[in-house]
Amino acid sequence: MRILEYGDAGLLIEVDDLDTVMALHAALAEHPLPGVEDVVPAARTILLRLTPGTDRTRIRQAVRDLPLRPAAAHPVGEVEIPVCYNGADLADIAATTGLSETEVVAAHTAATWIVAFCGFAPGFGYLVGDDPRLRVPRRAESRTRVPAGSVALADGFTGIYPRSSPGGWQLLGRTDVAVWNLDRDPPGLLRPGTRVKFVPV
Amino acid sequence: MPALEVLETGVLTTVQDAGRVGHALLGVGRSGAADPVSYALANRLVANPPRAAALEVTFGGLRCRAHGAMTVAVTGAPGPVSVDGRAAAMNTVIHLRDGSELRIGTPERGLRSYVAVRGGLDTPPVLGSRSTDTLAGLGPQQVTPGTVLPVGPPPQDLPVVDAAPDTVFPRDEVELRVMLGPRDDWFTEDAIRTLLTSDYVVSSRTDRVGARLLGPPLPRSRMGELPSEGIVPGALQIPHHGDPVLFLADHPVTGGYPVIAVVVSADLRWAAQARPGTRLRFRAVG
Repeated sequence: MRILEYGDAGLLIEVDDLDTVMALHAALAEHPLPGVEDVVPAARTILLRLTPGTDRTRIRQAVRDLPLRPAAAHPVGEVEIPVCYNGADLADIAATTGLSETEVVAAHTAATWIVAFCGFAPGFGYLVGDDPRLRVPRRAESRTRVPAGSVALADGFTGIYPRSSPGGWQLLGRTDVAVWNLDRDPPGLLRPGTRVKFVPV
Repeated sequence: MPALEVLETGVLTTVQDAGRVGHALLGVGRSGAADPVSYALANRLVANPPRAAALEVTFGGLRCRAHGAMTVAVTGAPGPVSVDGRAAAMNTVIHLRDGSELRIGTPERGLRSYVAVRGGLDTPPVLGSRSTDTLAGLGPQQVTPGTVLPVGPPPQDLPVVDAAPDTVFPRDEVELRVMLGPRDDWFTEDAIRTLLTSDYVVSSRTDRVGARLLGPPLPRSRMGELPSEGIVPGALQIPHHGDPVLFLADHPVTGGYPVIAVVVSADLRWAAQARPGTRLRFRAVG
């Protein structure tokens, strides 16, 4: 673990892999540190945004002292997402992975996914799965508009577009589940640590 | 209930407060007033609580009408202010009668001014904040001619000062103190020297998300992709191809290019007040 200075109100914790990010994030959620206003987990890092004047040495030590355990063993919740697997990139995904379209869908629904972190847009979760065959790159060219509810794959993650937006991920299908709804508390369905199962409809 | 009716806006007028804290893990950024110092001063002048919502006016051009008597203060980028055609002073307590028209002209220096109304703008909060996040599309809609903004009940505290001393706004050149990192090790020593000794000019592509800067290139010592990581306001991100971006209030929650340095919190307001054409100089501090 490396802890980098990030301006005068941030610390960036860098770790070796996503599993450690998730374990560290779970530990930070369980043991909130005074002086930390915002926690931003990402692929290899967690950014801590601090209240000005916070003792950075104390935070550094407290982070190193956090007890880590695998996040996958302790999901913060479970969500089932029904998906209509008719995405525009399903054939391309099959070609890239060497699977048939039916096998792609079977692999996506059989895998256990966990929300690693959020970003890109409010409520957009980066989900990691346990099936390495589903690793596909982003599309060579982004789409200017991906419809809300699109279920997509890229860079080893799966994700659901919370609202219509530009996007470069490969589209697998669509869901009617609103992953972001401001009338709900919390508005985001896919909080880091949530376990997700996709169900074909 | 008193209300402020917007008759004209300049390029961009939004409702802003101190921002959304604590929702980054859902992919929600803080947003909030881009120049937090001027925003806080406006609220202090009218004795509002510190998080009360105000208008952020980009490059002047605001005309609005008071429905009901109200007390306001205009702070930030210095420029002409008038009430019913008569000049009024910035950084003072201004009383508007029912039907009075407040105008904010083009600022002589700086970019963003703030209008606080005693009682605060009472638009519905989203995730604990009334800020418009222009990138995420959260919070109140962008203010347009015809927007009527309800004003909340006045706080118990009364204004204690009539005027605050004017802050000197820099003209064409701004020095910003930065802390190097977290990814300064992705750049050559020459790049760091270039960053700290050259002028970087704020381009016309500047908004609440960030300012694109024009200046000498900053070569990398390390190739490859950086996995996306968290962003803070004031982060100076260097894309592989393309101009450096100095992130401001509506920055994305994460970004995929290395951040070479971060503007210190106390100087963020000057980054937010730098209009296109301003020459920025970066000075490294511990």
